[in-house]
Amino acid sequence: MTPSVNKLIYNEMLKLVKSKRLLVVTIIIGIMITMFTYAQHREMENVKKRIGDTDWRVTLQQSIVDMQNRIGSSGISEEFRSQLKVRIDQSQYYLDNNINPQEPGAPTFLRVFLDNSIQLLLPLMVMIISADMVSSEKSLGTIKLLLTRPVRRWKILLSKYITLLLSVSFILFIFGLFSYLISGLFFGYAGWTAPILTGFTVQAGELNTANVHLIPQWQYILMIFGLGWFVSVVVGTLSFMFSVLIKSTAAGMGAMLAFLISGSIISSIASSWEAAKYFFMVNLRLTDYLQGNIPPIEGMSLPFSLIVLSIWGVAGIIISFLVFTKKDVY
Amino acid sequence: MSDITLSVQHLTKRIGKRDIIKNISFELKSGEVFGFLGPNGAGKTTTIRMLVGLIKPTSGQIFICGYDVKKDFSKAMERLGCIVENPELYPYLTGWENLQYFARMLTNTDDKRITEVVELIGLTDRIHDKVKTYSLGMRQRLGIGQALLSRPKVLILDEPTNGLDPSGIREMRQFIRFLAKEEGLSVLVSSHLLSEIQLLCDRVSIILDGKIIHTESVHTLLTQNEKLIWRFTPVEKGLEILKKLAPSVIVQEDAVITPYIEEEVSQWSRLLMEANVNIKEMNRQIPSLEHLFLELTGGDSVGE
Repeated sequence: MTPSVNKLIYNEMLKLVKSKRLLVVTIIIGIMITMFTYAQHREMENVKKRIGDTDWRVTLQQSIVDMQNRIGSSGISEEFRSQLKVRIDQSQYYLDNNINPQEPGAPTFLRVFLDNSIQLLLPLMVMIISADMVSSEKSLGTIKLLLTRPVRRWKILLSKYITLLLSVSFILFIFGLFSYLISGLFFGYAGWTAPILTGFTVQAGELNTANVHLIPQWQYILMIFGLGWFVSVVVGTLSFMFSVLIKSTAAGMGAMLAFLISGSIISSIASSWEAAKYFFMVNLRLTDYLQGNIPPIEGMSLPFSLIVLSIWGVAGIIISFLVFTKKDVY
Repeated sequence: MSDITLSVQHLTKRIGKRDIIKNISFELKSGEVFGFLGPNGAGKTTTIRMLVGLIKPTSGQIFICGYDVKKDFSKAMERLGCIVENPELYPYLTGWENLQYFARMLTNTDDKRITEVVELIGLTDRIHDKVKTYSLGMRQRLGIGQALLSRPKVLILDEPTNGLDPSGIREMRQFIRFLAKEEGLSVLVSSHLLSEIQLLCDRVSIILDGKIIHTESVHTLLTQNEKLIWRFTPVEKGLEILKKLAPSVIVQEDAVITPYIEEEVSQWSRLLMEANVNIKEMNRQIPSLEHLFLELTGGDSVGE
């Protein structure tokens, strides 16, 4: 008879709450979102000033007419024609529903913000939790108490890992909730059904827009939340592994941070170094695939990145468990 | 099963090419306080960490109440309570929350048992304060509290009085003796201080360089090695008399050292006085740890 994993998870959550770890993460997310909301707000006011008093409906109507004319002309490829049709549908939606595309609501802010945080901000928040999950026990010395209970070591680590998954979910929830609530104060809360372009594929380094279509924004947001959760879990798992391997939380955190930053540098300069696409850190921008951005290195696609990240994640879990259950504690 | 609660058989730990623990065997009976005596670096803590499952032995076996630590880890650990080095608890939790936390990792430990333990360690007044506000002595007691939660049969304490003030040390000693006598626990205590072991333990193993060089009851060990330090004038004359009486006489500066033999010393002093030697001091002394090592190892190696 040994205690259930549930009780161990309860213990782990208790420590996260009582050590104020979760509170710190929540506060940081709150501050960040308030800052970005304000920045966005200033930006929009600036745009409004430049454009002046012109009615946005007139401008939008004009561009729809333009596009319709181009579809009618003969010297245009089939692919471009279908893309234009999609664009017209999108603009027409804005007109019909009286939504100014330049003045997004809270859901749009949420989408753009998440798109931009998936590579660095979100993983960073997860690392605050995961980077010292095991190493803090070592530096506090409580690891000696933890491992001398009548509980097998793998169970203890499993409870910690499940707690990490719960924390990742919590962080994403807070991310979504705060983005929506705070940005809504400035931009209004409408826009869940606004149409978003997606369905891009990349073939031989060229963007293929043949399958592009519109989906409502809420669907798109669900998709990027899914991808964001996945990226966070993988980054969380790897920093969890560092936390098992290295006693110093700062060293583990520093190593992870170096990887994350090097990921964005490699993405921007190393398109000819093809093997770099197997690093986890260049595969973090999963939402780019939905938006139709050309990937940094040839041969990368959404399934490719998902597989690469999964392999890194699974390797991280295996190493963590092997080391944790075998290692002598001095 | 007899009343042997902890049995260690041929325990060896090799790191790299070096054996840091060499073939250690010993047994603990219930109700006994057993000392583990040796200088720092002798292997006390490594041995203790193997007993509690933190370090895996290279070879050898450990049984707690008959359960093999390697094969029946959970069952063995349920019967063992321990503090390895300092009692590190979660500073951001209260004492009560810490005990609840550890109780969740056990079965059959409810709030009633926690209340019982809190009373036993005498922390009722401060149990709902955060541990970071506790003094070292209180942390030490809370540490023992968590070790006792599961009603263990064996309690392992690594240097339990380290860092405590004199009154704290005395309190801790009384508490450990109480646990052994009244609750029938076997307590294994490690220390690098002979005086500590002398006041606390029934039996002692002396460990040096990863080997147990001697295991004996504390009483026998001390009485066999007790010294008597003499100061008298005139020195020459006194020495002459003592050399005829005592089995060994050592002159150290202005003092003369002989073994302490309870039945004979009064006779010696009377003979000295009759010969007009003025005795200024007769000081019975327990041997120092270094001295014991010298005796037990034949005088050639004293640790580092």
